[in-house]
Formats: sequence, C-alpha cells, structure tokens
Amino acid sequence: MSERTTTIRTILAKHGKLNGSADTIADDKSLYSAGLTSHASVNVMLALEDEFDIEFPERMLTRSTFETVANLRLALDSLLGEESD
Amino acid sequence: MSLLSDISPAGREFLAAATYIGIEVLAPAADEVDAEARFPHEAVAAMRAEGLLGAFVPAELGGGGCTVTDLSLICTELGKHCGSSAMIFAMHQIQVACIVDAGRGLPYFDELLTEIATRGRLIASATTELGIGGNVRASLCAVEYDGEKISLRKQASVISYGAYVDDVLVTARRDLDAAASDQVIVHVQRPNLTLDDQIDVWDTLGMRGTCSVGFELYATGTTDQILPLPYADVSAQTMLPVTHITWASLWLGIAEHAVTKARKLVRAAARKQPGTLPPSARHLATVVGQLERVRALVEMGVRDYERVRRDLSVGSTMAFTIQMNNLKLCVSADVFAIVKGSLEICGLAGFRNGTEYSLGRQLRDSQSASLMVHNDRILDHNASLLCILKD
Repeated sequence: MSERTTTIRTILAKHGKLNGSADTIADDKSLYSAGLTSHASVNVMLALEDEFDIEFPERMLTRSTFETVANLRLALDSLLGEESD
Repeated sequence: MSLLSDISPAGREFLAAATYIGIEVLAPAADEVDAEARFPHEAVAAMRAEGLLGAFVPAELGGGGCTVTDLSLICTELGKHCGSSAMIFAMHQIQVACIVDAGRGLPYFDELLTEIATRGRLIASATTELGIGGNVRASLCAVEYDGEKISLRKQASVISYGAYVDDVLVTARRDLDAAASDQVIVHVQRPNLTLDDQIDVWDTLGMRGTCSVGFELYATGTTDQILPLPYADVSAQTMLPVTHITWASLWLGIAEHAVTKARKLVRAAARKQPGTLPPSARHLATVVGQLERVRALVEMGVRDYERVRRDLSVGSTMAFTIQMNNLKLCVSADVFAIVKGSLEICGLAGFRNGTEYSLGRQLRDSQSASLMVHNDRILDHNASLLCILKD
C-alpha cells in the first residue's frame, strides 16, 4: 500500500468515526455507507490538509471527493503530484 | 429587477390563482385556524382545486410545470394571507421537488407525480426521529426487506399535517446494517401506512395550523418506493435549497403583509395633519428598507439556485450550501424584526386582535422562522464548513 493511502487510512481511523476498521475498508467502498457523516468528513479534510500541508480547492469540496479512499487518493495526487516510489 | 420578471407563463396563472384563493379563502379563515390550531382544510382544498398542489410536477406528467422561481412567488403570495397554509404548501412542494429531482423517469415515481398533479395528493415529510434530536442527517430506523417487499417503522417526532395526508416521504437507514448517516428516502402511502397519534399536542406560539405532531409510523411496500439517490445527495441538491427558498419566500410574504398594514396606518396619520410628519413615518422608512433587503436576498437566492439547477453537480458544493443556509439565517431574523417594527408602528391597534391593523398572528408566526431548524444548528453547520472552505 502506498504511503499516502496509509496516511489516509490513519486519518480516517482517527477522525472518520467509521463503523468498521479504516484499515480494511476497500479502496472503492463508499465511506458514507460506512458511516462517514458530513461533520466527520470536514474533520478528515482538515487533518489531511494539516498532514500534507495543502489546501483542498473549492472544486474538490464535494461529497464525491470524500466518497472513497480511492477518491481521496486521487485528490491528493492531483494536488501533490504522483507519489514517487 | 423583481423576481416577477422571471416568472414562467404557467407560473403567472398559478400566482393569479394563489392571489385569488389567498384573498377569498386563506385570509378569511386564518384567524380561526390560528385560534383553534386546526388544519386549514379550506385552504388546502382550494389549492387542490386550483391545481397548486401539482404546480411543480412537470407538464409532461400532467402537472403545472412551474419553476422554483414560480414557487417562490406563490409562497410569498400565500404567506401574506395565512402563514400556516403557506407553510403547508411549501413543505408539500419540497417533497414534490425531491421526487421530481430524484425519482423522475422511474415508473413508480412518474405515476406518483401524475397522481399528485391530477388528484392533488398532499405529501408530508418524516425526517426527524425520537432519539436523534434535530439532526435529520442520521436515522435510527431502517428499511427491512423480505424479497421485493419492504417494511419500515419510525418514531417520527414531527410530521407536519401528518394526520391529513395519505402520503409521506420518510428518511431511514438503507437497511438494518447501514450506518446512521447512510439514509434513503422512502415514499409510503395509505392504506399501507399507519400513523398512530402520539400523546403530544400542537399547541404552539405560532404556525398553529401546521398541526406538527409526532407519530409512530409503520408502513409496508415494495423496493421501488425507495428513491434511488442517497438522502445526502437529495438533501444537498434539492431538499435544503428548496426548503430555505420556499420558507424564506413565505416569510417574506408575512413581512410584506405586516408592512402593508404599517404603511396604511402611517398614510392615515399623515392625512390627518398635512405638513406634520407622523412620528411613525421614520420607523416605517426603516422597516421598508429592511423589507427591500429581504426581498433582494430571496431574489438572489432563487436566481442562484435556478442557475445551479441547470447543473445539479454545482449544488453539492459547500459554498452553495453556506449561501442557502445564510439565506435562511438572514431572512428568518429580518422577517421577525420587520413584523415587530410594523407592530410598533401600528401601536395598540396592531397589538389588539380583531382590528384592521392586528399583527399578533404574524408576529407569532414569524417567530417560528429562526426556530424551525434552529438557527444555532445552521450557524454551527456553516461554521464547520468555513473551517475548510477557501476564499
């Protein structure tokens, strides 16, 4: 698993208040169906911004950005560039 | 430029009908509806007869084909005559809008929309739930499945005018295993719907005709009665903006009515002593300025939402949610101030019931604006979003 995805899962575990484990949820599984509320998604976003020292632009502040781990990863990649191995 | 310049041809006819029934039916019954806290049967019957309950149903399905702009203008007109009746109209249209936006094209919901248009079925909403508080974005109850059949039981803490409808849109968890926030909207209807009246009584300060009591709801049906989009999406794209716009619009109507009375009183005072400015005239100038501001806010909100509706994906941005929330926050506070200011201009004649300047009902109705979905909750929601939203 990439470092970014690991960080996303760590932050989800801390702030996402998901029903199951944030470590095992599938990349493409809806986080909302796993219990992510709009309030929790705000906290996840804040923690990601702090962790990566970025700001999500307004066009990314939509429900779909926070729908899945994969979408969060895509959003981070587009802001930070592709992760180097 | 007034919102009236954006009205559709169909909307113009419905607005004329709303004006007519407002004067002939809503206004004459409004004080009795208020005093007895009773459902405004005659108002809803008149809306049904004029096709107003199907106004937002697309014309292809036999409805009025109205726009949100049209609905806003109709709500304002009805609000001038009876706040409770206007609120019932608005709440019904919010449900219709959710069905149109999320269910259109599906046989079950197209048939329902056709029935709303042709038979004037009145639709209520059951979003709040005992044990959840006012947070409508979480549910305890869940849809239960038996093959294609579903059942649903909900301790609905409030279903406005629930005792007078055959149809309710209910929020619930998607299934028994779903998270509290993973909600869907289910349309349920009699005879497969029972609403057992709870013990509470709707004896309130204002909006007394909405009869917003709690019920124990039980319904059965089939899976095609579940709207296909998650509640969160329907809420962001349709329910939240249409709610804030229609409510703000009808509150504007209450304020316009109050200012009309204040203006009449000031003119009468001015005529008595030409050359001497009545003391209340300055207060009137202030109140009219406040009213202009509310009207501008409503118009801006409606125009922006009409733009968003042409591209529904925009509706889910946080910036738009904040804007719609601000419409509710600003208008609810201003409308109460306007009615209160008008009451002070009308003096004892406004304070006393049964005069041509009475404003007691309007003052009490407008006080509900900041409490129906409490402004504190909305302000906190905006505060939370502003922690991440960029300039």
